[in-house]
Amino acid sequence: MSNELVAPDKFFLNRFGMNHGALERILGSALERKADYADLYFEYRSAEGLALEESMVNHTSKSVSHGVGVRVCAEDRTGYAYSDEVTIDRMRLAAEAARAIADQRGTAPAAVQVGAPVARHALYDLESTPLDVPVQERAKLLNEIDRVVRASDPRVKNVMASFACERKIVMIVKSDGQVAADVQPLCRLNVTVIADDGKGRQMGSYGGGGRVEWSYFIENDRWREYALEAARQAIVNLDAVDAPAGEMIVVLGPGWPGILLHEAIGHGLEGDFNRKGVSAFANRIGQKVASELCTVIDDGTIPNRRGSLNVDDEGTPTSRTVLIEKGILRGYLQDRMNARLMKMEPTGNGRRESFAHSPMPRMTNTFMLNGESTPEEIMKSVKNGLYAVSFGGGQVDITNGKFVFSASEAYLIEDGQVTSPVKGATLIGNGPDVLTRVSMVGNDLALDAGVGTCGKDGQSVPVGVGLPTIRIDGITVGGTRA
Amino acid sequence: MAALDLELATWALDEAKKKGATAAEVLCVSAESLEAGVRMGEVEKLKSSRERRLGLRIFSGQSSATSSTAELERDSLSAFIANTVELARLSAPDPWAGLPDRSLHPKSLPELSLADPDSGIVDADRALEIARRSENAAIKFDPRIKNSGGAEFSSGRGQVLFVNSQGFSGQYVGTSYSLGAGPIAQEGEAMQQGYWYTSNRRFGKLEDAESVGITAAKRAIRRLGARKIKTTRAPVVFDPDMAAGLIRSIIGAASGPALYKGASFLMGQLGKTIAASGVTIVDNALIPGGLGSKPFDGEGLPTSRKNVIDKGVLATYLLDCYSARKLGLSPTGNAARSVGEAPSVSTTNLYLEPGSYTPAQIIGSVKQGLYLTETIGFGVNMVTGDYSRGAGGIWIEDGELAYPVQEITIAGNLKDMFASVEMIGNDLNWRSSTVAPTLKIAEMTIAGA
Repeated sequence: MSNELVAPDKFFLNRFGMNHGALERILGSALERKADYADLYFEYRSAEGLALEESMVNHTSKSVSHGVGVRVCAEDRTGYAYSDEVTIDRMRLAAEAARAIADQRGTAPAAVQVGAPVARHALYDLESTPLDVPVQERAKLLNEIDRVVRASDPRVKNVMASFACERKIVMIVKSDGQVAADVQPLCRLNVTVIADDGKGRQMGSYGGGGRVEWSYFIENDRWREYALEAARQAIVNLDAVDAPAGEMIVVLGPGWPGILLHEAIGHGLEGDFNRKGVSAFANRIGQKVASELCTVIDDGTIPNRRGSLNVDDEGTPTSRTVLIEKGILRGYLQDRMNARLMKMEPTGNGRRESFAHSPMPRMTNTFMLNGESTPEEIMKSVKNGLYAVSFGGGQVDITNGKFVFSASEAYLIEDGQVTSPVKGATLIGNGPDVLTRVSMVGNDLALDAGVGTCGKDGQSVPVGVGLPTIRIDGITVGGTRA
Repeated sequence: MAALDLELATWALDEAKKKGATAAEVLCVSAESLEAGVRMGEVEKLKSSRERRLGLRIFSGQSSATSSTAELERDSLSAFIANTVELARLSAPDPWAGLPDRSLHPKSLPELSLADPDSGIVDADRALEIARRSENAAIKFDPRIKNSGGAEFSSGRGQVLFVNSQGFSGQYVGTSYSLGAGPIAQEGEAMQQGYWYTSNRRFGKLEDAESVGITAAKRAIRRLGARKIKTTRAPVVFDPDMAAGLIRSIIGAASGPALYKGASFLMGQLGKTIAASGVTIVDNALIPGGLGSKPFDGEGLPTSRKNVIDKGVLATYLLDCYSARKLGLSPTGNAARSVGEAPSVSTTNLYLEPGSYTPAQIIGSVKQGLYLTETIGFGVNMVTGDYSRGAGGIWIEDGELAYPVQEITIAGNLKDMFASVEMIGNDLNWRSSTVAPTLKIAEMTIAGA
């Protein structure tokens, strides 16, 4: 195993009996027509899952998947072919299928010469991954979570806990000869609690993780915090009253409510949508799209975070990209193709779910920088409003800019005080407009605990979000109380 | 391929027994597909794929584990099977776990015409041409269609083979074809995308490419000039796609795993009235050529046709063997399986039985209300039935579609919403494995400005 950690590129060459000559010939074949570039993406993923329900760790699973994707890019066209049979013959067929998007050319392409691996970040060089921890030890923790949650409150009726971990070994070989390789560990602990007080039933969920070792969950009793937080959320919601309906002042709590940025801003700033002019943010670089209190960053280089990567899935090192600086739109998130077509630099945001998918611009960890207000000042400033601290999912319509995110824990604010919990409600707003309504930004930036997964065009990738407490002067809250 | 998989699967079963499994299941899935996309008349992408995976569920007494692998050489597979047996031993013994009662396996399997006898994977040139025709029809339809998210045609062929250690063996081959277009209408600063698609197991039964493009264009154009409205309570007419989403939500709460976990608002509602008397929702796995049809379920049990909600009464839950045992009921042939996962529950072909009204009559019955054509977000709480989603559509005034609306939400509770279904349309159209006709709900909260 340790050999893989040192030289993931060697791992593929050994395991599948490849050598540089073969890779060069396949890339040469991919470039036979008039293409700009081609690349090969090798992936070997092992994963294990453990789940507890009704006080039993009765679901265990493991999987091994591997495959190779061959991509050919010509202008704005992409040919992609993949196979889970990693052989020279399969790759040659894939190269032939992928190059079909390119026009015939007169002259022979330049020969491809595969070099040594390029430099990459070292954001998660772990001593060991949770996959190396005995299954019994992981199961024991889930049983302990069950015990702690059930002991915490008699209204707890059911506990579900799961632990999932994976290790992906990837290698990207590009037609310019560059090779990038990485080992990407990822894990996540989740707790869901159902509470019942005889009058009603509610669910609460919490969890976290990242590209971390097993000890991460044990340190500072993080597992206990996840467990009790899930229980607390379920129990708080037992007393929830109907949510209000209509436009009102909303205060978002720190951390996970950063999903606002992901939906309202992030997707709209992905390079592909802007190159095609189909995003509500197209052609708006340099324009004011937020209040001057707002600076929004996408950063794939934060150590051990769920959304971080040493290199993106095209072999570009990840980076820190300023999307909005003091309210002014500064940058887009780019993969290689869209950067080239827009005459910009790749930002290390070319990502894909697996070898079965072609890369596209995606977020990594997206968050807003701190402001100067204290959370107390923000709360006190609101006479009537909604305080939302936890959310389920969100979604955006890139073209018209409308986005939603659904609160799973929220409270009324009355005369500067947090009062009754309210039932989950969807918040809806307009991406290019919502941040112009941010009137206060707190000094309590937090990143989420590490549970986010983003879907785009049928591909899921792990992401992170973050936010300090902020006040938004007017967003529509979709409750039932008109 | 089929014979090869059967031999491999049978070998894997034997191997599992040799390594100490007391019972086992093997699932082999192989698939091929080609997707072709155009945008603004030009080729944008071609994607071709080929996959073959093997999934296992292994029992050691009452303990079990699931696994999947793409490493199908016998040596590595043998080691992988041994690992899975070991993992099963480490799982907690679960009194409810196990294969189905063997008497429940079918003696013969129905022929459901899941594969197109005339067409396989459509080649790249033809696929691109179909996508191009569709997008072109959208762009030409109206000068306000100035941009496009593209059009995509895809075709696929897949094979499922499932065997278990008590002698069940079944397999089927299916094909699927789909075409979708997403043109963008522009007027001044405003942009709106419209989307439409067609999908079928038979290539020849797809909706015509031009008409898909034109429908998508019309849907983009009718969203132009959308405004926000004041918060109000009003009737909501769900268009067929939105109505399909709504029945998917309520039937999700009738699924065994949600029920035994206590995570469903339909707990304890079997045999009770949960919807208006006009509401009959059917799950039918046996429709020939149906997108959701299956000759056997994910545990090798026979599939069937049943009313899940029968004239407003919750007639059955949807159960796999595990949830059935937990709830003290019989499995319903709704076990779903993906390679490497434990069985879960899913619907097959799910639909709301059509009523007698035309969509125009339904819209005509509303003085002030919303014709709902889109929802965004995931605001449905299965535990409580609370429903709150981002919405868009067309405002109805005096029985006529008046102007588009957006940046609003609709909210209610699924129980109340289904109890107040006032009218059901006669416009059922099979484009997906879950479909419904137009549906009117008496009143919901609509939040806006």
